[in-house]
Amino acid sequence: MSRYEKLFEKLKDKNEGAFVPFAVLGHPTLEDSEKILDTYIESGADALEVGIPFSDPGADGPVIMTADRRALNNGANTPRCFEIVRKIRAKHPDTPIGMLMYINLVYRPGIENFFRMAAEAGVDSVLIADVPVEMFESDGLPWAKAAEENGIDLIFIAPPNASDDEVRKIARYSKGYIYLVSRTGVTGAGHEAGHPVARVVNMLKEMKAPPAMLGFGISQPEHVREAIKHGAAGAITGSALVKIIEENLDDKEKMLSLLREKVSSLKAATRSQA
Amino acid sequence: MSILNPFFGKFGGQYVPQLLIPVLDQLEQAFVEARDDPSFQQELSTLLSEYVGRPTPITKCQNLTKGTKTTIYLKREDLLHGGAHKTNQVIAQALLARRMGKTRVIAETGAGQHGVATAIACALFGFKCRIYMGKTDVERQKPNVVRMRLMGAEVVPVTTGVGTLKEACNEALKDWAENFETTHYMLGTAAGPHPFPVLVKHFQKIIGEEAKQQILKAEGRLPDAIIACVGGGSNAIGLFTDFIKEKDVKIYGVEPGGLGVETGKHGAPLGHGTEGIFFGAHSYNMQDDYGQINESHSISAGLDFPSVGPEHAYLKDCGRVEYVNATDEEALAAFMDLSRHEGIIPALESSHALAHALRMARNNPEKEQLLLVNLSGRGDKDIFTVTKILEERGQL
Repeated sequence: MSRYEKLFEKLKDKNEGAFVPFAVLGHPTLEDSEKILDTYIESGADALEVGIPFSDPGADGPVIMTADRRALNNGANTPRCFEIVRKIRAKHPDTPIGMLMYINLVYRPGIENFFRMAAEAGVDSVLIADVPVEMFESDGLPWAKAAEENGIDLIFIAPPNASDDEVRKIARYSKGYIYLVSRTGVTGAGHEAGHPVARVVNMLKEMKAPPAMLGFGISQPEHVREAIKHGAAGAITGSALVKIIEENLDDKEKMLSLLREKVSSLKAATRSQA
Repeated sequence: MSILNPFFGKFGGQYVPQLLIPVLDQLEQAFVEARDDPSFQQELSTLLSEYVGRPTPITKCQNLTKGTKTTIYLKREDLLHGGAHKTNQVIAQALLARRMGKTRVIAETGAGQHGVATAIACALFGFKCRIYMGKTDVERQKPNVVRMRLMGAEVVPVTTGVGTLKEACNEALKDWAENFETTHYMLGTAAGPHPFPVLVKHFQKIIGEEAKQQILKAEGRLPDAIIACVGGGSNAIGLFTDFIKEKDVKIYGVEPGGLGVETGKHGAPLGHGTEGIFFGAHSYNMQDDYGQINESHSISAGLDFPSVGPEHAYLKDCGRVEYVNATDEEALAAFMDLSRHEGIIPALESSHALAHALRMARNNPEKEQLLLVNLSGRGDKDIFTVTKILEERGQL
């Protein structure tokens, strides 16, 4: 049983949703990054979502884009990011860790090599933001083989405008969980999430797809409650947390205490289902 | 699923967020239907001849190659309305946008030539128009910024990174991901995700088709070599396509060598980059070993890009096209030569192609050779950049 399967089973027994915070690895610095991930877990995060910063993050809004730039300027690179993940894995053996990646950082080191490095660091899943199911199926690159051989779940995004055919493929190819998005645009808290699209949620349930978690625009506890109320198994928050980091670069204690507060309140919202 | 093959060999593809696949499919569908629709062809052809100014002539250089046995012909895309080849495919995309019921158009631009062409089409068709342009390029291509604004376009300076074409492309894609219901992304080159490379080539290949007939008429034979500059690659693919099957015609694509490829300050991913997947397609990039994209450099904003259209990657690997480079200095010298000796001020982009042609002539003065250079744009936009350099050197 994978860490995700165990997690969702446990949450089901407790009648809770999942809360998953996102962080840019190496942001704001390599040292702080590890402390931030520890803080997320200590504050109730059910799983972690992490990304290696990229020079050209085309699916991200200004908050994550700035964080990526800052992390790269402060020395983040692929091996150093995996080193952070390895340390987190050693301290938290049961917490699922997912990676949110851009394709060039997976392709360039060699796809099989990348997945091997990820597995060695203790990563559970990889979502590549710019590999749609159409490319996954037809480009002849060894995505499925590399993931399977290294025991890593591939995750796909289910956007609100996906055709029925696409939803079926997303359900079929995703393991671990499905990343549900309810609105158009890029990541960021400035543009709030809508309700999960009922058509997509229902199709995924009918197909017995892995649990769907809603991301993009989740910044407040009520967003988490709404997501779960409308059929999501949990919610993912990125920009709202990264913004707290950005606003408190000069006071690390305050940064960690505000993150603790925020993650706790977002996690609490997964428990308060009437 | 796409209708046409999104790949050129292993290159190309549709590497975008899942969210954008339906809108790329919609564009491809509109393109495939329009391509074979006589009323679309008729409307496009009338606009190209009566509004844009096609066909463009070819011009035999009178003085430039004196002392050598080389003859150079220029394909005069600089004479088109808008001042560059960009207008050809923009008019076609505007017709497609109207067919799809879009009311707003966005575009990226480097030198501002594609931005100007887009502003022209939007004024003509009544689309709301927003152009993303890196802040560095806004500075160095000011005349084009003024032109875009005069024609009603909103020009948004992009301040991330070094503020050149790469950043403008990123921002345009983000806008599209948010607003694709109402908005058409009028991509300006034969790069990006499918169907753009196929679509842009389709509407630019008229350059080579015309030039081939024109040079056959003027010289009674095909040229020995054809030459075009390569940034994203649209003027080059436009010139090359009809000549690919002519095995005796050598084809050169000229990338910007910047300060010299050995300095790393260049924009030559085909000659000096590695394979990667960026801006929606598998191609060659300037990047590090982990896949981070490097900043490019070129005196010409339109060639200042760390990636390239996927069909050029394919043509390089199969050996049909030879990709070379010309440095900032060589391009500047060619810019001056054409201005002084032929009375034609070329765009700094096109000056790279001309620089390679002049190199071929001067390296082999005794060789009789017939060369065809795509003069993809005019240089009015560059006069301030060039004047500044010449004044600093005390040459003006």
